[in-house]
Amino acid sequence: MKDRTAIVGIGQTAFGKGLADSELSLACQAISAAIDDASLTPGEVDGLSMFSMEEGREVEVARNVGLGDITYFSEVGYGGGAGCGVVGHAAMAVATGQCNVAVAWRARKRASKTSRPWSQVPGRIAGHWQWSRPFGVVRPVDEIAMLTRRYMHEFGATRDHLANVAIASRKHANRNPLATMYDKKLSREQYMEGRWISEPLCLFDNCLETDGALAVVITSAERARDLAQPPAFIHAFAQSIPQQHQVMTNYFCDDPLIGPAYACASRLWERSDIKPADVPVAQLYDAFSPLIPLSLEGYGFCERGEGAAFTENGALEWPNGRLPTNTSGGGMSEAYVHGFNLVLEGVRQCRGTSTSQVEGAENCLVTSGEGVPTSALLLRA
Amino acid sequence: METGLLLPDLDDEVAAPFWEACSRSELVVQMCAACGKSRMPPRPMCPHCRSVVATWAPTSGTGTIWSYVVPHPPLLPAYAELAPYNAIVVALDEDPTIRFVGNLVTSANGAINEIDPATIRIGEKVRVVFTTIDDVTLPRWVRAG
Ligand SMILES: [Zn+2]
Repeated sequence: MKDRTAIVGIGQTAFGKGLADSELSLACQAISAAIDDASLTPGEVDGLSMFSMEEGREVEVARNVGLGDITYFSEVGYGGGAGCGVVGHAAMAVATGQCNVAVAWRARKRASKTSRPWSQVPGRIAGHWQWSRPFGVVRPVDEIAMLTRRYMHEFGATRDHLANVAIASRKHANRNPLATMYDKKLSREQYMEGRWISEPLCLFDNCLETDGALAVVITSAERARDLAQPPAFIHAFAQSIPQQHQVMTNYFCDDPLIGPAYACASRLWERSDIKPADVPVAQLYDAFSPLIPLSLEGYGFCERGEGAAFTENGALEWPNGRLPTNTSGGGMSEAYVHGFNLVLEGVRQCRGTSTSQVEGAENCLVTSGEGVPTSALLLRA
Repeated sequence: METGLLLPDLDDEVAAPFWEACSRSELVVQMCAACGKSRMPPRPMCPHCRSVVATWAPTSGTGTIWSYVVPHPPLLPAYAELAPYNAIVVALDEDPTIRFVGNLVTSANGAINEIDPATIRIGEKVRVVFTTIDDVTLPRWVRAG
């Protein structure tokens, strides 16, 4: 499917807390904006690809936005792992002729029942959570903190390395007027004084909690050339559930620090003419800061155990860093909408319209949740 | 007494024998009846030979701390009351890829927040103990060093 499809439209709502509109309404607004951005009409949309966690269902979205006959629809599970996945599924459907114009999206409200399952008091715990939650490893941050502590122990990563991630994202958000943290600076001192959430992770190692929605429109490369926006071609796409993986509490395999990124990356680069050394800018899933060093390793920007050191000397920062990362502010400082904002920022880098535009960027890597069944996209101009 | 914790569903068909063993103060691990390989967490099929027949084997009940965290609020009320507390992952001595999430305590009925987290170290030797909450017996860990 290399370069046979492209993202031709992007749309988003405002980001906020306690937005009045429903998730369904937010989804429809983002999709509508993306269709307009693509200079297409709702009646031309015949494919839908969404997160399984989405509260607004396909039928409702189609009825509200006034879409045409839908001939392809699919869902991808595992929360933040699905972002690139829904785009990739839409692209495969277009490439194989199952539909001509597909939309993929994520709408999320933090107060929604489906958005933070750990905060709902359940009855008894069955399935794999029974091996962690009874012991107080309850939230995603606790689950990732466990891997982080081990990572720090094995490879000498420090809180300074995690701060490098948080500070780079914040600097980028400070350049993006639409980012939640646009007017809030973050210093290393503030980071170090941040209150603990789950040691070794503090407040600033966590993503934001955001209400909002984002959507993209995908169509064929041929059609893309006639539309209003410069296409962001889908050069390569991959998903992965690595062998013996367990969602979030991946403590039970031979080497828990080999996360889903590794298996996803091996397929992605296999399908790509572009290699890690040729990638000038990346949007790496950042629900938590330690996922950045883990992803840098998994996606081959450095060797195993070197991800923390990679972040030194402003490597993640625009404009002079070795690999400007999360250039819109990412999940930590722009908005946390299950990583779907990373997809849109990847498109903007290919279009040349980011607020922290990497000059002459010809491609951008976008990844989804590390620690869960995941996905990745290599977009190119 | 700790109440309101998230407790396992004792009716889970796959895991029930594990929790039953805990109630007898035994830490067991699921073992494939066909190929003899151990697996944790338990599951219906052996990923090595695809047998669905399994037994439960006793363990040494000793291991080392593989990692640990110290959660702080915001947490569900029962956990917020105890926070900051510790949670650990223990690698079993006889097979370090068999791991259990648990808590480090000073005695079987000790609280999960009674040990100064600053003293916890990866690699510390620990031994299993059992504590009963409502109708559930949970494995926890004390220092064995
Ligand atoms: Zn077997």
